[in-house]
Parts: sequence; structure tokens; C-alpha cells
Amino acid sequence: MLVMGPKAENIRYYHTLKILEEKCRGRMRCMRACPTQAIRVRQGKAHVLEELCIDCGECINACPEGAMVPLTDTVEQTSKFKCRVAIPSPVLYSQFSVDIHPPEIIAGLKKLGFDYVWDVSLVCEAISEALRLYLEEHKGPWPVISSFCPAVIRFIQVKYPGLTEHIIPLEVPRELAAKEMKLELSEKLNFPLEEIGAVYLTSCPAKAVSIRQPAEKEKSWFDGSISIADIYNPLLSAIMSLGEEEYKDDLDGLSAIGMGWKVMGGTCSFLEPGSCVAVSGIVELTKILDDIEKSKLREVKYVEASFCLEGCIGGPLAVENAYVARVKTIRLENRYGKQPRIQKEKVQKLYREGHYFLERRIQPRPIKPLHPDIAKAIALMKEKEKIHNLLPRVDCGLCGCPTCLAFAEDVVKGLLNISDCLYNSIRKERSR
Amino acid sequence: MSDDSLLDLEFEIIGGDFNQAGRVSTKLKSILKEIGFDAQVVRRVAISTYEAEINVVMYARRGVLRFKASPQKIVIIIEDEGQGIEDIEEAMKEGYSTATDEMREMGFGAGMGLPNIKRNSDQFEITSEVGKGTRLEVTIIAGDGSKS
Ligand SMILES: Nc1ncnc2c1ncn2[C@@H]1O[C@H](COP(=O)(O)OP(=O)(O)OP(=O)(O)O)[C@@H](O)[C@H]1O
Ligand SMILES: [Mg+2]
Repeated sequence: MLVMGPKAENIRYYHTLKILEEKCRGRMRCMRACPTQAIRVRQGKAHVLEELCIDCGECINACPEGAMVPLTDTVEQTSKFKCRVAIPSPVLYSQFSVDIHPPEIIAGLKKLGFDYVWDVSLVCEAISEALRLYLEEHKGPWPVISSFCPAVIRFIQVKYPGLTEHIIPLEVPRELAAKEMKLELSEKLNFPLEEIGAVYLTSCPAKAVSIRQPAEKEKSWFDGSISIADIYNPLLSAIMSLGEEEYKDDLDGLSAIGMGWKVMGGTCSFLEPGSCVAVSGIVELTKILDDIEKSKLREVKYVEASFCLEGCIGGPLAVENAYVARVKTIRLENRYGKQPRIQKEKVQKLYREGHYFLERRIQPRPIKPLHPDIAKAIALMKEKEKIHNLLPRVDCGLCGCPTCLAFAEDVVKGLLNISDCLYNSIRKERSR
Repeated sequence: MSDDSLLDLEFEIIGGDFNQAGRVSTKLKSILKEIGFDAQVVRRVAISTYEAEINVVMYARRGVLRFKASPQKIVIIIEDEGQGIEDIEEAMKEGYSTATDEMREMGFGAGMGLPNIKRNSDQFEITSEVGKGTRLEVTIIAGDGSKS
């Protein structure tokens, strides 16, 4: 089941989040964790306000009951394709013990039934070069913001719509890898494109959504996504059962430095130091976007932004602890070497041909205003402030809203009544 | 226009308080977004209030920011009690700054604040009296107010 929501202009947003009603005990952890305040608890159950949800997965992490589940796909669901191709996020390579190396992981995936396993790390390296070229040419506005984290993109679209023009219009490694794979395999195998199924193995619920409904193009090159947490156990068994002749321990066709993309600061390491910053996690992200909106960051040229702490390795669907995964990624780099695996001249030529660019720029997706008529919206805003002043402003959450301000908003929208504030009711009761 | 559709807010700004600097601008931004003002209008308000706020923090003892928003336009008035500006024409030039070394260490003092405010406003007035204080009035046209 897909959770979908109607919106102005009849756009429907997909979300890959399902709330298991029978498991939800209304403990409000998700409501408090949600960075866009998209969750309300009504009649003891969590509900998502779809317009506000950016699929970051904070609620999945926060729920102690396991009631929030991502709607990713299963391996079986890919069996309808003649040719099934797994494209693992480089995060996957950091999830196993240090003596299980990428070539074994890839061989394990093939054992699980994928016909091909396609690598993203080389594409990461190529896009890093494209990024460098882009920064050289760009005339402003500064700073530019990385485009690879879909939760960041959605966060900006919803909460900082004026900053969408700062997002770098470069394609993300996963999409480019899927595109290159499909074009190459369809030619090599003489299969039509539709018969090749591309599945992304990811730590990120937002990527699952961006595959179903990309922000920057009509259609994703992927046909589905699988959560790393879901595939982990079967994959580990498959790896354990591998014979030595089933893989070769070299990084043929892979890039160790490209794998570093998934760790916070990974893209900055390809660029001139000094004017690049890397931020991760909602708190720092909010701070830096506020600063950019005020034009405060005058010296910064490039902001690498990931929603999850420590980057994609900190994604809610990862298995390994993010800090351990970071160390493992560094060890991979040391083991396989930091030398570039791409031909810069080739990348530069492709760059000039537009190969690395998004099909269209990211558009704003602002939150629905209090009222479509600004005059009425202003009146409602004043009303909201008035109501807010009557509230305890301790954000106790008993009403099912994350903050008293959110409660005030729900009241002016007609969703709640001021008497729904339990805190005030109790206070009144006591003083009687 | 009825009074209902005029938002009138007032904020106090404390001179020298660099920790709090920028708070008013952040608050106004989120209010304007929620009302549904155009993203670029919000951006211009954010930039001009931030720069004006910082100038009060840098060069004055205290100040008050008054904010009036109607569907048609946004008016921001910042009045401070402080050292004042001797030569306004000079102060409006890009690159002109009397910031101290400490302020420059904190990343201020490029002499871009006032020019930035002017660039982001539709009407801009500045008056100042040395030893007394400075007053800015910034108007940003928001549109005809009929569209969302
Ligand atoms: N409110 C004020 N009170 C007194 N002097 C001011 C005030 N605002 C600006 N000035 C004077 O005008 C000069 C130019 O201001 P402007 O904001 O353009 O640059 P800045 O504050 O020096 O540097 P920046 O804004 O780039 O950090 C200041 O250096 C200061 O001398
Ligand atoms: Mg200034």
C-alpha cells in the first residue's frame, strides 16, 4: 500500500512509509522526531501529514515499537524482469565485517539471483570531477548545495523553497549508474530497455521515494529499491556459502575513493579545500540553510548536505553503526588505494556534452499557506499567535501535536479546538 | 484594507549580542513562509533584516525592529541608539566599513551590508545622526496580494 496525499494542483506525493496501526501505541516518539512536524497522534495512533513529509526516515529510527516501516521492495518482486540488475549503494560495502570485501559482496548478490551487479563508486568518482568543473564555471548564486541527498532536496523544496536555485543541477551517481547500465546492457544483450530491471540497494527511505517520484525528472532509471536491512541476512548467508573460485579479490571496475562519497565529507575531498563545507544531520542542516537564506555564508562556495548524521552510512535502513561504517570505508580506501580510476579527459568531454546534468532543475514545493488569499492568511497568522499566547507553550504533546505552535495552527485550520489542550484543562480543573 | 490583514510586529535588538544576532530575521522568515509570501520576497526580507540586525549589534547599543506586512508590501523599520553614521554616502558604498579587527575575525566587515539591503529592497531610506542613532526604512513590494 502506498500512502498518497492530494494537494493543490492535484499533485499526489508518494511516500514509502507505512504505519502498522496494530503496532502503533501512540507513544509520540515519531511525532517529536519529525523535522518537518508532519506527524500528529490522533485517537492514540500516529498519522502523517503527507504534504509535509519528506521521507527522511527519522520516524523509522525513533519508533520503539517498529510500527513505522519503509515500503521498499523485495527480491522476489524483481523477478518479473528478464534481466535483473542490483545496483548497491556503496554504503553496502561498509556493512559487513572487515574481512568481507566488495568483490565477495557482489558475488553474494549474484548468488541471490541477480543477473548483474552494477557499481556506483566509479560514477561517484566521475561526478566528483563534473562537480569540480561545475564549480569552476558557476557564476552564482553562492553557495551551491549538493544534489545527492533526496531528503535534503525535499527539505529544501518544502521548507526553504527560495533556495532551490542553489541546488547543483548535476545528476546523482545512482541515477547515472542505472542509466549507463541500462543503455549498455540493452545494447550488449540485445534486450529492450523495459526487460532490464534495476534495483537500488539502499540505506535510505528517501531514495526509495525518489525512485518512485523523482524531483528532477519524469521517471527514475530504477524499477525499485531494496532496504539494506532487509537484504542483509540472506546476503550474508549467500556470501558465507561462496566458494573461493566464485570471486576475485580485486577492485576491477570499482573505485575505492568513490565509495567515500557515502561518508560525510566524501564529496568535499575531491574539491579545493577551504571553501567547501560538509554538514549532516537535521540540526546542522537547518542552521546552514537559515544562514544561506540570509546570505550569511559569504566565503562558502559549496555545501555538501546529508540529512542523516555522518552521511548515507547513517541512513535508517543501514545495519552497521554509522561511525563503524565510516572507519570501514576508510579501511577500504587504504586497502585498495586512493588512485583515481576514471579518465579525467573522458569525463570532461562527457561534461561538455551535458552527460552529468539533471533533466530539469529542482522546483520549489512550498508548504500550503495558511490560506490561499494572503490577506486572509495574515489574519489567520494573527489569530494563530493569539491562540499560541493562550497555550502553556511547554510542548507537552498530550494533544497529539509536536508543539504548542503546531497546535495553534491546527486550531486556526479548524482541525482542533482550543479546548483540546489537555494541559490547560487540567490546570483549570485543579484551580477549581 | 481592513486592519486584520496587516501584520505588525516589534522586536528588540541588543547591541553587542552576537549570539542572538540573526534571530529576528529567522523568525520573520518562517512567519512569512507560513503566510505564503513568494519565496523570493521571503528571501529579500531575510537578507535585509539580517544585515540590518547585525549592523545594530555591531554599531549600536540597542535597537528596535518594526515589521509591517500587508498583502501588497512589507515595510521594515529599524531604529537604533548608537554611534550613528557620519557620511552616509560613503557608508553605502560597497567595501566601506569601519568594523573593528575583532568583528572582521567574526566574518563581518566586508562593507556589504548596507548595499545588500538596498539591492534587496524596492524603497530604501536611511537617516542618521552622529552620537544619536540610525534609522532605516526598507520597503519590499510583495505583489498585488491576490495570488497565493
Ligand atoms: N546602525 C549603524 N550604526 C552606525 N553605523 C553604521 C550602522 N550601520 C552601518 N554603519 C556604518 O556603515 C558602514 C557600512 O555598513 P555595512 O553594513 O555596509 O558594512 P559592514 O557592517 O561594515 O560590513 P558587513 O555588513 O559586510 O559585515 C559600517 O562599517 C559602519 O561604519
Ligand atoms: Mg553590516
